[in-house]
Amino acid sequence: MSLLAVAALSKTYPVATGVFARRPLVAVDRASLQLREGETLGLVGESGSGKSTLARCILQLERPSGGTVTFGGRELTTLAGRELRPMRRLLQMVFQDPAASLNPRLRVGYTVAEPLRLHGLRAGPAAVRARVDELFGWVGLPPRHVDRYPHQLSGGQQQRVAIARALACEPRLVALDEPTSALDVSVQAALLALLRDLQARLGLAYLFISHDLAVVSAMARRVMVMYLGQVVEEGPTGELLARPRHPYTRALVSAVPRDTPWAEPARLVVTGEPGSALARPPGCRFAPRCPWAVARCRDEPQPLRPIDPGHAVACWRAVAGELPAWPA
Amino acid sequence: MTTPLLQVRALTVEFGTPRGVARVLTGVDLDVDRGEVVGLVGESGCGKSVTALAILRLLRPPGRITGGSVAFDGRELTTLPESEMRRVRGRGIAMIFQAPRESLNPVLSVGAQLGLLLARHDGLGGRAATRRALQLCEMVELPDPERVLRAYPHELSGGMCQRAMIALALACRPALLVADEATTALDVTVQLQILLLLRRLRDSLGLALLLITHNLGVVAEACRRVAVMYAGEIVETAPADELFAAPRHPYTRRLLAARPRIGAAPAGDPIPGSVPDPLNRPTGCAFHPRCHRAQSRCAEQHPEPAVPSAGRAVRCHYPEP
Repeated sequence: MSLLAVAALSKTYPVATGVFARRPLVAVDRASLQLREGETLGLVGESGSGKSTLARCILQLERPSGGTVTFGGRELTTLAGRELRPMRRLLQMVFQDPAASLNPRLRVGYTVAEPLRLHGLRAGPAAVRARVDELFGWVGLPPRHVDRYPHQLSGGQQQRVAIARALACEPRLVALDEPTSALDVSVQAALLALLRDLQARLGLAYLFISHDLAVVSAMARRVMVMYLGQVVEEGPTGELLARPRHPYTRALVSAVPRDTPWAEPARLVVTGEPGSALARPPGCRFAPRCPWAVARCRDEPQPLRPIDPGHAVACWRAVAGELPAWPA
Repeated sequence: MTTPLLQVRALTVEFGTPRGVARVLTGVDLDVDRGEVVGLVGESGCGKSVTALAILRLLRPPGRITGGSVAFDGRELTTLPESEMRRVRGRGIAMIFQAPRESLNPVLSVGAQLGLLLARHDGLGGRAATRRALQLCEMVELPDPERVLRAYPHELSGGMCQRAMIALALACRPALLVADEATTALDVTVQLQILLLLRRLRDSLGLALLLITHNLGVVAEACRRVAVMYAGEIVETAPADELFAAPRHPYTRRLLAARPRIGAAPAGDPIPGSVPDPLNRPTGCAFHPRCHRAQSRCAEQHPEPAVPSAGRAVRCHYPEP
């Protein structure tokens, strides 16, 4: 059974478009996903694709406008504050900018100890201290760093503190929102290795959000691609990146900088930019930029449809086999 | 042999801090030929941006140039009076930055900003200015130029803002464009558009480009020659294809290996240790405490650049074979 099952989750924000006019901005549009214990799902998309909003809605940091989130057999969207609190402990999040997600006035040891006290996970100062030391050990920080302030640590060390704080809650699911995007490459690799070790040790499920396909391919066996709030493709990471089916995924894979660009097949360069989730055609949201779009793409909503075992795509032309082969 | 358009020699920059003097650039040598795209790559804090600011003499105190020379088009910039330096900025060398929207004036339309620039530098006004502004928009492939000229920065997407920024940078027909992480804040599909645009501008205008980035992939896409920086020094210079095929400096090799690659597990090989504190630089080679090839000599003697083959330079006692 899945640890997490999300069905048709939507999030809509009312946006003022004039003095009295309000229009809905659909940040996430009927997204569904499943995640098992110890599994990683990669969530890929460009800025504004709704990947962070989806994660926040799953963790109930924001309440979804529609759909259900079932975690460990319990439906979270209908739980009120008090009932939700013990569940929150089990779903943790690590953010992109560690400097912004740690309290600059607290020693980092205190930051990690706080959830232990809040959730009553350890009683007494000695037990709390012992647990903080253990967590610091897990994330590869020397115990003497507990007395430091965030500004006395490097970006990589700060992110390790943020991970230790999340682990202090003994979560079963951790949403990692661009956890290495603010870090240098030489530091990034070590942090990714740490995340993989922790997952193996603790059986954590990861929702791994990144705009970087290479990072996702190293972390997740399964990946979901989002574009302007919609899931456009989902499948096994290796296959999806080697043989992307949705035109947007193709453009995304094609746009990743290469070491030997002259030796690569012709790039698929799409024009324009994602635009706004406000001005929304009824059909495929990628249609305005898609080189293969026809009238039907703009007029008809595109649900995810299976194309191969475990691989689904929200493009009727891809399903019908009407797109050129990949690589071009 | 012709001299390069930009010739930086032994450039040294220091920042006075309450804890002492931090040497942020040490003996930087860098050449950019006319119409050439050169990449300057390194991790945060290595001095790439300071190099660009020093070239344009835009360093603010406590940072100052304490040694070396910057020759641009045959003129020495480090000693040029400020009034003449102002003419070099824009006309000779223009610069674009990572955050295009923040680099534009939020209370003026794109057209008004271009107009001010054209009036000031070219004495253009009225219809001539409009014509030139439209031409610049076309040059940077901005769709619907009339609308863009009327628009304010917040009404444009990130990619459009960066195109507008490039249009402003090109307004005075510079010979060299310095792009400091100009595609970093953009989504990959838009990043590719901007990289291809810069490549076309080099071809059509003969524009020279100094592309500063932390992203080795971006360098490979756009540059013919690459300089790798570490701790305020250029540790390796090479043609891009040779650098990626056979890095000679151990740091370059480790940096390439640290990247996660699509289809290649695991997620890159980290470099142990961390970047040195500029106030407390290691003796000898700055990379030696983290280097897998380091020997006792590396801690004692600062390596000078060696030239293993034409067009390459490496600052290392024991370079990779």
